[in-house]
Amino acid sequence: MSDYNFAYLDEQTKRMIRRAILKGLAVPGYQVPFASREMPMPYGWGTGGVQVSAATLTPEDRLKVIDQGADDTTNAVSIRKFFERTAGVATTEATQEATVIQTRHRIPEAELTEDQILVYQVPIPEPLRFLEPRETETRKMHSLQEYGLMHVKLYEDISQHGAISTAYAYPVRVADRYVMDPSPIPKFDNPKLEMAAVQLFGAGREQRIYAVPPYTRVVSLDFEDYPFEATKADHACDLCGAGDSYLDEVIMDDAGGRMFVCSDTDYCRTRREATA
Amino acid sequence: MYVAVKGGERAIENAHAWLAEERRGDTSVDELSLAQIREQLSLAVNRVMAEGSLYDPDLAALAIKQARGDLIEAIFLIRAYRTTLPRFGASGAVDTGAMGCDRRISATFKDAPGGQVLGPTFDYTHRLLDFKLAAEGAVPPAPSAPPRREPTPHITEFLGQEGLIQREPESDAAPRDLTREPLEFPADRALRLQSLARGDEGFVLGMAYSTQRGYARNHAFVGELRIGRVMVEMEVPELGFAIEIGEVELTECETVNQFKGSKTEPPQFTRGYGLVFGQSERKAISMALVDRALRWKELGEDNLGAPAQDEEFVLSHCDNIQATGFLEHIKLPHYVDFQSELELVRKLRREAEERIAHREAAE
Repeated sequence: MSDYNFAYLDEQTKRMIRRAILKGLAVPGYQVPFASREMPMPYGWGTGGVQVSAATLTPEDRLKVIDQGADDTTNAVSIRKFFERTAGVATTEATQEATVIQTRHRIPEAELTEDQILVYQVPIPEPLRFLEPRETETRKMHSLQEYGLMHVKLYEDISQHGAISTAYAYPVRVADRYVMDPSPIPKFDNPKLEMAAVQLFGAGREQRIYAVPPYTRVVSLDFEDYPFEATKADHACDLCGAGDSYLDEVIMDDAGGRMFVCSDTDYCRTRREATA
Repeated sequence: MYVAVKGGERAIENAHAWLAEERRGDTSVDELSLAQIREQLSLAVNRVMAEGSLYDPDLAALAIKQARGDLIEAIFLIRAYRTTLPRFGASGAVDTGAMGCDRRISATFKDAPGGQVLGPTFDYTHRLLDFKLAAEGAVPPAPSAPPRREPTPHITEFLGQEGLIQREPESDAAPRDLTREPLEFPADRALRLQSLARGDEGFVLGMAYSTQRGYARNHAFVGELRIGRVMVEMEVPELGFAIEIGEVELTECETVNQFKGSKTEPPQFTRGYGLVFGQSERKAISMALVDRALRWKELGEDNLGAPAQDEEFVLSHCDNIQATGFLEHIKLPHYVDFQSELELVRKLRREAEERIAHREAAE
């Protein structure tokens, strides 16, 4: 792989991506169009996150890659290997030791610090997409802060189901301005979006980058009488006993037996090692 | 037990090893050479070059071999390679009027300067399986004639002399580059054509076919279809003049479409345009039809609400690498979002049951 530049992308491309990242940080929650490149993995498999990570990594960084909260899911393994080969950076599974964390569908349970960057893989960056399929229309709606349609959708949920029926990719308002899709994280993770670390979101196929700077106000959309609620399975982890972590439900046998375990594998292991 | 649901490095490595073995197939059968693919599966090679946006028959053959004949996978390999190549500059516009035509037909004029040349076409073959090919493929040499020396003018030029076909605006401005800038709407015609040229053949064909069946129908005549080689020239700043850097095979299609005229334009013919790498005439004709359908706004036609008129719909969905990637990503784990849906559905069901129980108790 020595034929490729550090972290695969050429320096001009990285510069273009860094400009988009900086613009995204300057206008929190705004989707910045960028000239996404074809990557050697398929669109929809984290090409946006990979491009943002490639433009962010320095040789001194320590990278962690998770998918569904776990370091050992196949696509996380594949992306981590990609950067081991093309950037030669150190990698880790320990959340606290990582300087850059690329994630799909989760925010780590451990609190992140100012020295860390969290990079999200984003499939559909537009929170209004399933209300209005046209990009030309949704961009206009954002520029006019015309978010009534989203509130109507949430209201209709309540009138039909008695609750807001969005369980992941729950829309948020960033810095009192843009409505943003936090990527398909469970709404359990939404409160963590206000954090000390830099959060970068990359959508490769849709050619968009957006960002949430540290300590930025991020509010999950709700109503006064139907306040936002971060939910999880009503269990404790069957491996580490944690009652505060997001859980995966694992089917154990064909008699309906199941167990609940932390989706954040590093969090779970750290807790088990501490008590051992 | 629990670990079993998570993937792992070993699983990936083993899968790759097995894939390599399957790609090779039965080792008692000779291995395909790249030259064999390039020479004998040349239309597959052409499609990979066209949709991969890279003119290199040997690399396309390699990609086809590596992809086990899955052309979209091969196109993906070429795209991913192409994007890493340094850019030295841009060539000048190729002159298709100076093309050395292997094939050149017009459906609008019985004869024209340059003549009708059928070339190596499937058109009038009877689609009967040739069982002799299963045994041996030796073919007698085809009859040949000296190539035409003078340039072959475009058919639409003859219509243009009478002012019967709309004159396209000329411009020396560099067009936007789809591979270097994000696609934003509205897209101008140059950008639309770039997108269609690398768009999926099946998708563009389906869109074109829909216009023929009445979804924004605009009856198209194939004014001209030509296939052949053109010179590629590049201006070298150090030299101060253009030099020939090679030649490429292209398929070009110009359709002639009816146009009743609008408030600003007199009645005249308009055109749709298709240009594709290699011998890819199905794609070139499809592209021309879709190009014409997408021009409704600039020609002052009505928006009939047809899919082929909707540039956002067509351009956002014609790229098969984007489409297949996103489609296939749903194979990836979604435990976390599915879990959140599970909990939500359980909660909603619980509440619904409570409501029913409450109502029954009240009755």
